[in-house]
Amino acid sequence: MTTAATSWIIFRRSMRYTLRKPAWVVFGLVQPMLYLALFGPLLNRISQAPGFDGGNTWRVFVPGLLVQQGLFSAVFVGFGILSEIRSGTLDRMRISAAGESGLMLGRMLRDAVVLTAQAVLLTLGALVAGLRAPVGGVLAAFALVTVVGLAVAGLAYGLALTVRHEEAYGQLVNALMLPAMLLSGVLLPLALAPHWLSLLAKANPVSHVVTAERALFAGEFGSSDTLVGVAVAAALAVVAVWFAARAIRRSS
Amino acid sequence: MISAQGLSHSYRTRFGVVEAVRGVDLEVAEGEMVGFLGPNGAGKTTTVRMLTTLLTPDGGTATVAGHDVVRERAAVRRAIGYVGQSSGGTEHLVSDELRTQARLQGMTAADAAARAAELTVRFELDAFAGRPLSRLSGGQRRRVDLALGLVHRPAVLFLDEPSSGLDPQSRANLWDHLRGLRAEHGTTVFLTTHYLEEADQLCDRIVVIDGGRVIASDTAEALKSRIGGDVVTLETDRISDAATVVARLVPGCDLDTTPAGVQFHVAHAQRLLPELLRALDLADVALESVSVKRPTLDDVFLRLTGRSLREEGRPAPAPAPAPAAETAEAAAETAAEAETATETPNTEVTT
Repeated sequence: MTTAATSWIIFRRSMRYTLRKPAWVVFGLVQPMLYLALFGPLLNRISQAPGFDGGNTWRVFVPGLLVQQGLFSAVFVGFGILSEIRSGTLDRMRISAAGESGLMLGRMLRDAVVLTAQAVLLTLGALVAGLRAPVGGVLAAFALVTVVGLAVAGLAYGLALTVRHEEAYGQLVNALMLPAMLLSGVLLPLALAPHWLSLLAKANPVSHVVTAERALFAGEFGSSDTLVGVAVAAALAVVAVWFAARAIRRSS
Repeated sequence: MISAQGLSHSYRTRFGVVEAVRGVDLEVAEGEMVGFLGPNGAGKTTTVRMLTTLLTPDGGTATVAGHDVVRERAAVRRAIGYVGQSSGGTEHLVSDELRTQARLQGMTAADAAARAAELTVRFELDAFAGRPLSRLSGGQRRRVDLALGLVHRPAVLFLDEPSSGLDPQSRANLWDHLRGLRAEHGTTVFLTTHYLEEADQLCDRIVVIDGGRVIASDTAEALKSRIGGDVVTLETDRISDAATVVARLVPGCDLDTTPAGVQFHVAHAQRLLPELLRALDLADVALESVSVKRPTLDDVFLRLTGRSLREEGRPAPAPAPAPAAETAEAAAETAAEAETATETPNTEVTT
């Protein structure tokens, strides 16, 4: 069976589950909504600070929040596959005519769709809070979020299949997540950073993705910030697909 | 249908290399139902995972349904059904999982739906087809697992500890389904177990594994006959007279006296009983009771390894073939007799 056919079957299976329990998608939004309600307003007064360019601070804050949501999704996604390993479901699916990469890719696609839906809901919430941004740019930003979702899910699956234990996985993701977040300027723009910190951040691929999201929210489709961020996200997604596929083939 | 030569696998752990399987040879014919019996940690699951391509062997070769498990992994995976050790279930619905698994086996949506419906009837899943797997009882979930493994009508079915954790009724139900499967479709079945009755009642042949090596392979009957036949116990007041009669009728029968009577070993005891009872009657020996106990696979395992299966693989305190003393009583009698008393259904005749 082709990878595409397997992916489609698995995507639909995962999606049916998600649609049966949509509450999880909403629960996953509690944290970012709190950021939106309780952290976002702090930024209004500093709109003159570097990185905000005197405009709508939500336009800077919301894109970062979307990427942060993408990073956090790694936790749920990884624990999800670990429970499928534990219950024997993954082994059962591997003993079939299915392509193993498809077993991963189908799940990754569902995760990307869920993240995108969350991004849409978050952005709607931000509109209420005071976000004003060009529609085309925001829609493009959602597309980039989808790519981020694919990348994060693939890396999470690869990692979970490699360590295979909930506890170890939790620790590992925690250890990786915090620096990835702090060094990407998700909460405050890196324009505020001292030189050494911005150098470190440049080495973190996530920072380029955040920068691209902000550029898209500002309606800059063709800027180098956008192009670099999109390229980095796409490259991460390709690496993630490869990593997840390799992990399941080697898993035993 | 299954053929393995010198299959081996080691795990690296923090405490060093563990040789889980050390050169397993296996031959399973088409349509055969084989039980892979051994204590926990004997290497059963590791062997099955190698035969089902989930684990790459470190050494040796194996073919399943005519395909090499390493070089033709995909072909093996299409040909076999696999029911692994399950713990808990997923949140996905039973009917959904059946259809998804059928689709993963390459069926069209329509075929998958039809097959799922067919299996739902066959394995009596109707009542909970719309429930998530995690909400089923152990027996219900096992039936679903079995249905999932059979979605594509595989020629070979592997089951890893299928009745582990099931209540006796669910276990009997599972056995019925496995027997039916073989009778109707001639499916080759290879199952691991550490339940003696399971291997005994269900399987054509039993392969005993211990410490990563196959230590015996035969029918349950043949394995049991290795330990000198049935145990016959006569309860009576006139012990010495009874002993005299038995010794005359069955010479060399390992005769032993107990506080309540006599005990001896003989092959096919049921054929001897009429004659024995007549002789005892003629000698004026009144009996309280007569019992015949068939030797169990546990006795066999004990004889082969020096340990009881029920000890779950703990090493024996005494070297083989001296049996491990479990209780004071067991130490007093021979271990085979002590083991038998606890679990086997026995034929008992009371006069």
